[in-house]
Amino acid sequence: MAETMTNGNSQTYVGTRTIRPDGADKVTGRARFGADFNLPGQLIGRVLRSPHPHARIVSIDTSKAEALPGVKAVVTRDDFADQSSEFIPAGEMMMNYKDVVRNVMAREKALYEGHAVAAVAAASVAIARRALKLIEVKYEVLPHVIDVVEAMQPGAPLLHDDLFTVGVEPKPEKPSNIAKRVEIKQGDIEVGFKKADLVIEREFKTAPVHQGYIEPHAALASVSEDGSTELWCTTQGHFIVRAHCARLLGLDIGKVRVTASEIGGGFGGKTVVYLEPLAIALSRKAKRPVKMVMSREEVFKASGPTSGATVRVKLGVTKDGKFVAAFAELKYQAGAFQGSPVQPGVMCAFAPYDIEHVHVIGYDVVSNRPKVAAYRAPGAPISEYAVESVVDEIAKKLEIDPIDLRMQNAAHEGTKAAYGPKFGPVGLEETLNAIKKTEHWNAPLRKWQGRGVASGFWFNIGGETCASLTVNEDGTISLMAGTPDVGGLRASLAAVAADELGVPYDKVRPIIGDTGSVGFNFLTGGSRSAFSGSMAIVEAAKQIKAELCARACKLWEAQPDQVEFSGGSVRPLGALAEKVKPMSVADFAKVAGKTGGPIGGVGRINAQGAGPSFGTHLVDLEVDPETGRVTVLRYTVAQDAGRALHPAYVEGQFQGGAVQGIGWALNEEYIYGDDGKLQNAGFLDYRMPVASDVPMIDAILVEVANPKHPYGVRGVGETPIVPPLGAIANAMEAATGIRFTELPMSPPKVLKALKEKGLSRA
Amino acid sequence: MAKHHIEATVNGDAVEFLCETEETLLDVLRDTLHLTGSKEGCASGDCGACSVMLNGRLVCSCLVLGCEVGGQKIETIEGMAAGETLHPLQQQFLKSAALQCGICTPGFLVASKALLERTPDPTETEVRYWLAGNLCRCTGYDKIVSAVMDTAAAMRKG
Repeated sequence: MAETMTNGNSQTYVGTRTIRPDGADKVTGRARFGADFNLPGQLIGRVLRSPHPHARIVSIDTSKAEALPGVKAVVTRDDFADQSSEFIPAGEMMMNYKDVVRNVMAREKALYEGHAVAAVAAASVAIARRALKLIEVKYEVLPHVIDVVEAMQPGAPLLHDDLFTVGVEPKPEKPSNIAKRVEIKQGDIEVGFKKADLVIEREFKTAPVHQGYIEPHAALASVSEDGSTELWCTTQGHFIVRAHCARLLGLDIGKVRVTASEIGGGFGGKTVVYLEPLAIALSRKAKRPVKMVMSREEVFKASGPTSGATVRVKLGVTKDGKFVAAFAELKYQAGAFQGSPVQPGVMCAFAPYDIEHVHVIGYDVVSNRPKVAAYRAPGAPISEYAVESVVDEIAKKLEIDPIDLRMQNAAHEGTKAAYGPKFGPVGLEETLNAIKKTEHWNAPLRKWQGRGVASGFWFNIGGETCASLTVNEDGTISLMAGTPDVGGLRASLAAVAADELGVPYDKVRPIIGDTGSVGFNFLTGGSRSAFSGSMAIVEAAKQIKAELCARACKLWEAQPDQVEFSGGSVRPLGALAEKVKPMSVADFAKVAGKTGGPIGGVGRINAQGAGPSFGTHLVDLEVDPETGRVTVLRYTVAQDAGRALHPAYVEGQFQGGAVQGIGWALNEEYIYGDDGKLQNAGFLDYRMPVASDVPMIDAILVEVANPKHPYGVRGVGETPIVPPLGAIANAMEAATGIRFTELPMSPPKVLKALKEKGLSRA
Repeated sequence: MAKHHIEATVNGDAVEFLCETEETLLDVLRDTLHLTGSKEGCASGDCGACSVMLNGRLVCSCLVLGCEVGGQKIETIEGMAAGETLHPLQQQFLKSAALQCGICTPGFLVASKALLERTPDPTETEVRYWLAGNLCRCTGYDKIVSAVMDTAAAMRKG
């Protein structure tokens, strides 16, 4: 056990670096992830995928595959009823079941290379593979479109005949690839820009990047003859999986039980369904359990990356550095179906700054790519990268220190964000100050080295959450949460429960309950799990404390005002204290049967008041003029956590998000050929950062308490991926004098730019 | 074609199994021997989640065929703790919060143990390059590298 503090009669654990309760299983290989579940008699499921980026499916003949010995079921579009067009929330994004059913299994058309067309369940992998080859699909290949700007042009190949742009007047008569136009407005930018002494307008382009979780999607389904359905899968939200599967397969929600395995990374990418409904459909047909696991190639080709985008930013500033008007236009790729994260991109773009006149327009555009899924602060890194690049250019032009310029314009308590809310206490200024105070900020740099700074914002969410605490017979506590633990949730919640009930941390055993064991929970996303889960635990503990006080009153024949719960015990007050001794939680557990029965509490909440989290990142890098390779030399993150329930796992969020951002900025991208096929669907060619690519990531925890949370917590997981893109682009400018406006700043692009400026001899 | 009959040693235990020619050592460990601690992240040797020791050499078990390991000695994550006592690296990973989701952790632990056995006093750069074959998407590597350095220091002290 690491540092613990004492407080009165009991130790407290919130804010300390406890050992995670699920830790021993995770360092010994015992923890069961998605692909680690097996059932007796299980079949292996495999998916046939479209080789074409865009093709009409004329016919699918599965008869030869079905006739192959060992093949127990084949499913195609015919096994999934069509769905009406209806939007429902999934993660931070909206989903339409008409699209979901088409994404899990192509219907009229295959819309991207890798789009599922059929699935088989067979006695072995080898038989399943042979069966896929026996399925005859007749395609009518259609022209495809990959680039977002090209997809918006009149005459571009149309993905959906029935997609009409929403949000424009008059209502379009012709379908297009632009699914919707969204905008936010505050003040009047025309007035604002007139006040500006300097206006900088730039256009930026980012490539789609994948969440890159190391664990591929996996699902194991077992459907009984009476329709009872069990599903084990790796997901960020097993209740959402249940809802999707029940809807897509026409099942009663109550008949579907979903167990979330340990999750091997998700970052937003495991908020939707891919294999799950297929495994259930196959199992229902075969009457045997069916296990399905994606290959890495399938993960890249058929599960969601986040959008690539084109972003235009125009920022007006007075000569003394006050931002007076801001405009941005965002064009985000949605993939094959509408629903890019352009809305949060619009909301977050200028949110770090207090600006009177703001106008942001966003377009959600479909093209022949896999449907995007959420990726950590979905949409925000893209728009904020563009804005932070322009802010840096302004600082340089006005010869103002970039931190001072941000400080001068920083959003603070009382700032009205253009997307609606008025901020409560927020910590952007504190993160800027923290960065400015580091030794890093003033450390010397050499030739070809550059330093960059950028800030970032994510609004954070709460939402429906249910968690329970049960006092066991021996006084130990069973904690059940219903949001998958992506990186320390159980440790954080156990600490809260231990503090609330005054019991030792190691007497609290937290688990993630299945959909039949705990009430509804929205998924892990939006940086909500620790925030909302701890609120639900506080509520559950409150019920237990009230119950124990009531029981004490009965036992002691006392009035409610003569007892109180503190330090892990119900204590008699006043004169009563001379007659009876305090009773601990464990004391009550021993006599539970005689005093009213089992003791427990359930927090069922719709968590409100998620405080936004701001962060500021500082990076040093070096450019190799011979190769264009960029090496990150030093990195510091400062972010407002509100209150860090478990500082080490909060630091871990900062560090992990920063390195994902480094990958996004410098190397990661989906590369398509003219044939519309993905050329780098593997970890060798899709280049995520490895240990030797990055330095230590210094993490500074800033704690500006969120007044809406009993412990002051803010979500911390999303914001860390927002600032790196801008910080690195700004450092690149400092190192080379070149403003890179296109991500990733990979060696070929950097070298080309250096050559154009005569800076490279290579 | 008939399956291959293979006898080998896994974590000190004699094992025998049948495997198809195309089955990898990782397939055999996970599906036949039910040792699911080694993970498949890519099946192409790029992520290191399936790292095991084969006759004392660090390998990606997804790049070794099951039928190649006859008579050889394999060590996996499941054999790393000594009875109830976790290996110092396992302890330090927990203490340092060097894992978030934990999917890459078995591979990192096996690879780190291999490093410390040949280089008891590694520099940060050596640790980073040795572990460059293991992908982690959650931690940014900071706490993993620190945990390995700290374990090395503690083990040198004995």
